[in-house]
Amino acid sequence: MKILVPLKRVPDPDTKIRVNADGSGLETDGVKFAINPFDAIALEEALRLRDQVGAAEILVVSIGSADCQEQLRAGLAMGADRAMLVKHDAATDSLAVAKVLAAIYRREQPQLVLMGKQAIDDDANQTGQMLAALLGIGQATFISKLAVAADGSKATCCRETDAGLETVTVALPAIITADLRLNEPRYVTALGIMKAKKKPLEETTPAELGVSAASRTRVLKLTSAPKRKAGIRVKTVDELLQKLREEARVI
Amino acid sequence: MNQPRLTNLLVIAEHDSGQLKLATLASVACAQRVCAATGGQFDILVLGEGIGPVAEALNGYGAANLLVADDASLNHPLADRYAAVIETQAKTRNSTMVLGTASTFSKDVLPRLAALLDASMLSDVTSVVPDGDDFTFERVMFAGNVIATVKMDGAIKVFTVRAAAFSAPPKSDQKSAVVAVNVDASTLPKTAEFVSRDEKPSGRPDATEARIVVSGGRALKNSEDFERLVGGLADKLGAAVGSSRALVDAGITPNTLQIGQTGKVVAPDLYIGLGISGAIQHLAGMKDTKIIVAINQDAEAPIFEIADYGLIGDVYQIVPEMIAKLEKA
Ligand SMILES: Cc1cc2nc3c(=O)[nH]c(=O)nc-3n(C[C@H](O)[C@H](O)[C@H](O)COP(=O)(O)OP(=O)(O)OC[C@H]3O[C@@H](n4cnc5c(N)ncnc54)[C@H](O)[C@@H]3O)c2cc1C
Ligand SMILES: Nc1ncnc2c1ncn2[C@@H]1O[C@H](COP(=O)(O)O)[C@@H](O)[C@H]1O
Repeated sequence: MKILVPLKRVPDPDTKIRVNADGSGLETDGVKFAINPFDAIALEEALRLRDQVGAAEILVVSIGSADCQEQLRAGLAMGADRAMLVKHDAATDSLAVAKVLAAIYRREQPQLVLMGKQAIDDDANQTGQMLAALLGIGQATFISKLAVAADGSKATCCRETDAGLETVTVALPAIITADLRLNEPRYVTALGIMKAKKKPLEETTPAELGVSAASRTRVLKLTSAPKRKAGIRVKTVDELLQKLREEARVI
Repeated sequence: MNQPRLTNLLVIAEHDSGQLKLATLASVACAQRVCAATGGQFDILVLGEGIGPVAEALNGYGAANLLVADDASLNHPLADRYAAVIETQAKTRNSTMVLGTASTFSKDVLPRLAALLDASMLSDVTSVVPDGDDFTFERVMFAGNVIATVKMDGAIKVFTVRAAAFSAPPKSDQKSAVVAVNVDASTLPKTAEFVSRDEKPSGRPDATEARIVVSGGRALKNSEDFERLVGGLADKLGAAVGSSRALVDAGITPNTLQIGQTGKVVAPDLYIGLGISGAIQHLAGMKDTKIIVAINQDAEAPIFEIADYGLIGDVYQIVPEMIAKLEKA
């Protein structure tokens, strides 16, 4: 079994994001980067699946600048077998990334693509669904439980939807996107980092894959969302209820 | 160059087993605004089985056509077939924009549709402004901390809108033409099968549709306490309940209650946070609320930085007192 896991390099969820002075991008000084948390969950699931089925090859892929090597190495240190960097320095969008991933999929022929439901920088929540459409295969999004049939023909997935938990089966190969509750990703160990150094990290480009990674959504500018100001402190329940009734008039 | 085309929008309606999701009206409002500014028209497409009542509920909002794809093969919202049906409609109707309100349904189906149309897509749009023959969009990213001004290239634009950014339009007497969409189940992709849905009817409104939301965080130790304190206060106020990720992870609340960057986004008149610290991922889901109340025993909790009214104290003492005092009033 071969499993493809895309890893996006994003600002660490705990770092404060600041828009730069001319609104052309973000202040990157002092910003820590990490594997997109949902992608780490996807990779963890792939690793567990490999343990379950006995043998599987896990390929991690990142599309972006040379800096993405850092996240690919972290993915290898978690336990992935191979890594691929698709070098592309300009802006991308979900459709462009999906087209690059589709080209990799066609070359590698994995039985499963496990990815994050959403990148926490652009908050798009699109790439997996787009990739499934481009390949004409099934998708199961926002999943919190995964069971792959012994014969590898299908997967049973529990999805977190607005209405509740939904269970679907999807024919493999398919694109499966991870939600928060799927698992808790393991930490990288020193031994893992040592081993990762010897694992293959291939570099390619969209052109070599025969696709364009050009973005068709163009960000003209970024602005900081307006900040709310702190209001007042009340001392008692009576004071709070009185304010809500008479000042805010919301109850 | 693209030929300038008359704006022709396709709104994808959402319903829950035959009950219209009111958030759909945000997309309708957005479509109305675009049409008012540029001329052109919009249609609404409803997909499902036995969805006559949904179509009826949507008649009177100014759509040129109400397209009803009513077929047994669409009884569950599976992305492969839904996207295929929408694709055909968008192509035959020469749609220039396809939109829906951001939700797990739209997020599942619309990106798949966009790729079928070779269209790029924007999620969580908060503003669509005509600009000559084109449009400028605003959307939120980075957990709601950054607003991006974006252009979309291509003849068809697909996007989801934030419900809170477009308030529901009034209903009028003007009726839309109701058009049955022919669905040939044998041509639809069948890559996935529905198995079951585990919905626990709470008897309370959904947090995305309520005027007041009472939301609980890690301070709540178990589901009994959550129900008694958060649920109890919500019932006194006729409110919906919500929770932080921490409680969903702990199995204390169902995933449907999670508010935040990767859960539901709410913007009610009043949000009461009980024992929630105010991590940016949580604030992303509620900071556009009109009035925020925070009750937390830690005076330094970040949620106080955005709360209109802050009360320092133990929710186990304060909330029962609130419930009792609301009882008397
Ligand atoms: C990728 C990613 C996505 C995420 N998405 C979301 C999301 O969508 N929604 C979300 O909510 N979070 C999300 N999170 C998690 C988020 O970062 C926080 O961990 C989470 O919101 C914390 O929940 P909390 O405030 O309930 O818990 P805590 O941060 O532990 O806060 C508990 C608070 O309760 C107070 N407290 C404790 N006991 C009492 C008491 N008896 N009386 C009064 N106050 C008390 C404490 O002072 C503290 O402030 C996400 C995180 C990541 C990394
Ligand atoms: N540049 C990228 N490199 C690798 N994977 C990506 C990239 N962009 C998006 N992805 C994958 O697509 C998922 C959804 O991203 P998005 O559609 O941007 O929210 C992420 O969780 C990743 O798994």
